[in-house]
Amino acid sequence: MNSMTDKSEPQTLFEKIWSRHRIMERPDGQVLLYIDNHLVQDGSAPAFEMLRRRGLAPRAPDRTFATPDHYVPTDSRDLDSMPDPEKRRMAQALQQDSARAGIQFFGVDDPRQGILHVVGPEQGLSWPGTIIVCGDSHTSTHGAMGALAFGIGATEVSHVLATQALWQRKPKTMKVSVEGALTAGVSAKDVVLRIIGEIGTAGATGHVIEYAGSTITGLTMEGRLTVCNMSIEAGARAGMIAPDDTTFQYLAGRPFAPKGKDWDEAVARWRTLPSDPGARFDREVTLNAREIAPMVTWGTSPEDVIPITGRVPDPAAVPQADRREALARALAYMDLAPGTAMTDVAIDHVFIGSCTNGRIEDLRSAAAIIKGRKVAAGVEAWAVPGSGLVKAQAEAEGLDRIFRDAGFQWRYAGCSMCLGTNGDVVAPGKRCASTTNRNFVGRQGPGSRTHLLSPMMAAAAAVTGRFIDVRQLMQGAA
Amino acid sequence: MKPFEALDSVAVPLAQSNVDTDQILPARYLQKPRADDFGAYLFRDLRARMRGSNEPPFVLDQDPYRNGRILVAQRNFGCGSSREHAVWALYDHGFRAVIAPSFGDIFASNALKNGLLPIVLPEAAVAALLKILRATPGARVIVDLATQTVVAPGGTVHEFSVDPFAKHCLMNGLDELDYTLSQVQQIVDFERRYNADSVNTGRRR
Ligand code: SF4
Repeated sequence: MNSMTDKSEPQTLFEKIWSRHRIMERPDGQVLLYIDNHLVQDGSAPAFEMLRRRGLAPRAPDRTFATPDHYVPTDSRDLDSMPDPEKRRMAQALQQDSARAGIQFFGVDDPRQGILHVVGPEQGLSWPGTIIVCGDSHTSTHGAMGALAFGIGATEVSHVLATQALWQRKPKTMKVSVEGALTAGVSAKDVVLRIIGEIGTAGATGHVIEYAGSTITGLTMEGRLTVCNMSIEAGARAGMIAPDDTTFQYLAGRPFAPKGKDWDEAVARWRTLPSDPGARFDREVTLNAREIAPMVTWGTSPEDVIPITGRVPDPAAVPQADRREALARALAYMDLAPGTAMTDVAIDHVFIGSCTNGRIEDLRSAAAIIKGRKVAAGVEAWAVPGSGLVKAQAEAEGLDRIFRDAGFQWRYAGCSMCLGTNGDVVAPGKRCASTTNRNFVGRQGPGSRTHLLSPMMAAAAAVTGRFIDVRQLMQGAA
Repeated sequence: MKPFEALDSVAVPLAQSNVDTDQILPARYLQKPRADDFGAYLFRDLRARMRGSNEPPFVLDQDPYRNGRILVAQRNFGCGSSREHAVWALYDHGFRAVIAPSFGDIFASNALKNGLLPIVLPEAAVAALLKILRATPGARVIVDLATQTVVAPGGTVHEFSVDPFAKHCLMNGLDELDYTLSQVQQIVDFERRYNADSVNTGRRR
């Protein structure tokens, strides 16, 4: 380990990882970082094409890993069934590019296929102390493992393929602490939505967030993955959580995790990663978990979020003209009147899945609400596991039966209706309760209206046909 | 990449914050080959929606703005998805610079690698600029990368900062990868040291 940093200065988790991956510095201060792990999805054809045009081959295929997620169909595992030849070509190109370069690839016929940000941790590919990049903004997810993980563009993907390294200007650091116990019906998703509501979608621009505090350390690994996943929605370059026993227990024994003596040495090293006492952050924000209720978005930005007990805001109450116009535009798009109680808003679709909430605990928490109930009349509800292995696990636990019996569609793993690139879209004007991460205009299809919420809240919406405080449906509720 | 030239162009006011890359380039065009004219997909859904409404057309479809090469927007422009296609769409449409108080990090980085200059100016300067552009449709703005200045229609000069290396690449039409490849020995040396430590390589089959 080439740690040449001054030992007297307390360091953050981020700084420790940064300095250990530093290859060289350019005159303008940008640093060339070594990349431990490069995840490649099925939108990467342009990056491979850039490489080919220059006559270059991937430098470290053993540090590269690929699985298709954005374009794969979720109603079948047959790529040939995809009606759109261009989309089919995207999914197929990844397989060909990977095979040519000797990159580990899980195709749709492999149960390990899935959304990269579900598969990476699940396979034990995402380690503490490493730098992980992927041509996808939600790469921040892997930071929950105690890694520095961030999304990059296509030109950068080709740069990493060619050199296994990437130029970066050192970002600033921000500590977001959440303290206290979460109340029943409140999940990691509500925590991160609340954080975004607090600091705004540009609140952490140029920063790497370290999440800390008793609420965060009390989360399961999957809950932590959900929190770090949405760091990008707060504008952050990355989000990370110090590795601890929860992390090591999750990682131990996974296929690509170190084994035996390597494991023991790795864990000993990883225990030195957490931020030193007294380490300085450029910004600090603290939230109280007891004040966090089940959340739901009303607008077209993830910062447009309120507790389920809240009402749609009124543009007339906003003093600044541009904010007022933006709010009015969002409400017009969402077809919501100011002052409407969120619990009076009826829905057409429910989508449970994505790299934010497509893991087994998400499906379990939704199934617990759905069990013994039926999807409300007129609502189309989908459950889309984040990976083939999540799907298999859910089926082994009988969760698929609960979803199906209630009237949900139970589908194959992929990004699906989070983005709709594979054709799984919400029809224009329809309203979707979605466990995903973005409620942008048209995100789930042109004219679609997205409300972000937790899997429990989505399940509750599915069975009532409108938004409802999930706590009213939980066992023991009056 | 073509060298970046000084711009003297109509500036297009897009007085919105949080313009995300899903708006700039809707996801259903992500599978299109780079050889396509992505300008045709720029703000595609927004433009279609406004054409179908009673509101005035989207700003890019209004007469004085059609050939503008400078876009002026509010905070957090290009937030959201990492799709480089959003930059391609702006570039192919003819834009060479976007001025805003802040940008999505990945968007800004993608832009610099594709000949599109993201210029950060203070919120007040952007607000003033937007005001002039809305009051005088078709007003021209000058962007000079060499001197790192923006000249507003009234003659007010704003300085901006840009990474010196990115500036060098933009002005000369150079590519970062060429530079990195010229430094490959540094990567080789680092990799040898790094991979000698089993903690860094434990999984590697
Ligand atoms: S699930 Fe959604 S956010 Fe996650 S990688 Fe897929 S498209 Fe992106």
